[in-house]
Amino acid sequence: MLTEEEKKEILEEVKQYPYPAVACIDALKIVQHHRGWVSDESVKDIAQILEISNEEVDGVATFYSRIYRKPIGRNVILICDSVSCMIMGYGSIYEYISKKLGIAFGETTSDGRFTLLPISCLGDCDHAPAIMINDDHYNNLTVGKVEELLASYN
Amino acid sequence: MERPLTKHIKPGSPPLNLKDYLQEGGYNGMHKAFKEMKPAEVTSLVKASNLLGRGGAGFPTGVKWSLVPMDDESAKPKYLVCNADEMEPGTFKDRYLLEGNPHQLIAGMIITAYAIQAEKAYIFIRWAYKKAEAELRKAINEAYEAGYLGKNILGSGFDLDLYVHSSAGRYICGEETALLNSLEGKRGIPRTKPPFPAISGLFGKPTVVNNVETLSCIPHIVENGADWFKSLSLTGTGGTKLFGVSGRVKKPGVWELPLGITVRELLEEYAGGMADGYKFRGALPGGVSTDFLTEKHLDVKMDFSTVAAAGSRMGTGTMIIFDDKTCPVAFIHNIEKFFALESCGWCTPCREGLPWVEKILSSIEEGTGKMEYLDVLKFHTKYLGPGNTFCAHAPGAAEPLQSGLNYFYEDFVRHIDEKKCPWR
Ligand SMILES: Cc1cc2nc3c(=O)[nH]c(=O)nc-3n(C[C@H](O)[C@H](O)[C@H](O)COP(=O)(O)O)c2cc1C
Ligand code: SF4
Ligand code: FES
Repeated sequence: MLTEEEKKEILEEVKQYPYPAVACIDALKIVQHHRGWVSDESVKDIAQILEISNEEVDGVATFYSRIYRKPIGRNVILICDSVSCMIMGYGSIYEYISKKLGIAFGETTSDGRFTLLPISCLGDCDHAPAIMINDDHYNNLTVGKVEELLASYN
Repeated sequence: MERPLTKHIKPGSPPLNLKDYLQEGGYNGMHKAFKEMKPAEVTSLVKASNLLGRGGAGFPTGVKWSLVPMDDESAKPKYLVCNADEMEPGTFKDRYLLEGNPHQLIAGMIITAYAIQAEKAYIFIRWAYKKAEAELRKAINEAYEAGYLGKNILGSGFDLDLYVHSSAGRYICGEETALLNSLEGKRGIPRTKPPFPAISGLFGKPTVVNNVETLSCIPHIVENGADWFKSLSLTGTGGTKLFGVSGRVKKPGVWELPLGITVRELLEEYAGGMADGYKFRGALPGGVSTDFLTEKHLDVKMDFSTVAAAGSRMGTGTMIIFDDKTCPVAFIHNIEKFFALESCGWCTPCREGLPWVEKILSSIEEGTGKMEYLDVLKFHTKYLGPGNTFCAHAPGAAEPLQSGLNYFYEDFVRHIDEKKCPWR
């Protein structure tokens, strides 16, 4: 069940569009903002409110890489694995984080503290290697800097 | 040297607010357009300026605008969309403009919307550009308060609403018709062209999609004229361009420079030359969907037609430098993996071909490749190329592959002969 607040926010988005289905991505983002991810149940709820099929909503939800269809950790680490970061050594950053946290790309630590994901170019290529943690960009990274950074997230 | 686009950008400090920007003459172009020009005159001026789209394809901006129907009541409402999706690996120029001077973009969008008589405008911005998005929203609010957006702008009778839409990820959403589907809340899959968006775009209505940098040029063209704009470039092409360099150079970065500057000047004067201990082997001049340039191309002038004549494309103008300590197979493998992952899956050569290319490159890199694999790769460069797919994603993927096979053929062969990566 969507909460009253989620419903209200979704209907607010619907208002500015010619028909409700246009708000599909907004609705997914709203639910994800409140719950961290989008469950099968939420997909159905969104479909109902937007008057489209569950499959249509799921089709959209699974297309976009920033919509999570599985639970994620409290903090999400996105490591840029595109070409400028590769040249500048994202590999050593990945290896350090992966070893330190004991998880590979696509995994979450058992305490739910971190999820680790690859991401394509973050637009920080002149300060590579670059990563994002939650909404923040970090660049010109070294293993030492990453060590400090990780310690600052709970 | 004039640098109209970045004159007011100071990296590290926040962008100018409306009041300070006005003191610097910001929005002069907009005032001039409303006071002195009819919509069609703005379009003619932009055509005369020879502004070529900065999103990667280099299509003439004024020509694109002139495709929009002007007197057809049934074609309303019309839309303007700013493409701020910037996801091309190696590209970081739009971010610089968005974070550094959002009012310049807004002024450009108001003038453009006026020229095509669009009443709604969207900025489709990449989700990762949080700071840029915050600055944009702040600037848009200021513009509404000043009466530059909303109803009856400056008493002209012209209305415009401007919205920011933050994306949900996927490179393909930067392709203009995929972007429109995404704005409509659907999967970001490209549409057939024709009809072109200028005729049938967002919600089936006439829509112009332009890049951030393209739109940021507009206020300056309107204020200073077409001849001034043309004189900014060294080759008469029109304008300055944001150029960037990343990779193993001494000073990676982004600079506004005249179109027509050489690859060598960019690399040596602006990026400070190669980092100590590294040698230049090649460059992708404008993101990963452009062909390699090599040492023999160092004096090629960076403008659309000259780079094309050298067998590559200007693309986004942000150059990735390929050095001697990076394995060319690994470099190209990284790029093709990106394209395989980001394919929208609509057409067969792209959906099936790219993962195959990726697997073959992986096996060559690991030392388990065979000579006949090189023919399979060549075969793919042909069928991923122009004319076989729905959009330019697959042809873009073919460019670094075909030119890489051509220039670094011996390195591919060495991996196969030695059954290992010589760089490891
Ligand atoms: C796969 C793909 C991705 C693209 N990504 C972008 C992008 O992120 N930003 C952009 O401005 N143009 C991008 N383009 C180009 C757009 O389709 C379109 O040509 C451009 O936005 C038009 O603006 P312009 O005429 O001002 O250059 C992309 C094209 C393709 C095929
Ligand atoms: S070329 Fe690739 S990205 Fe473009 S429409 Fe076809 S499958 Fe989609
Ligand atoms: S390649 Fe990593 S930020 Fe651009």
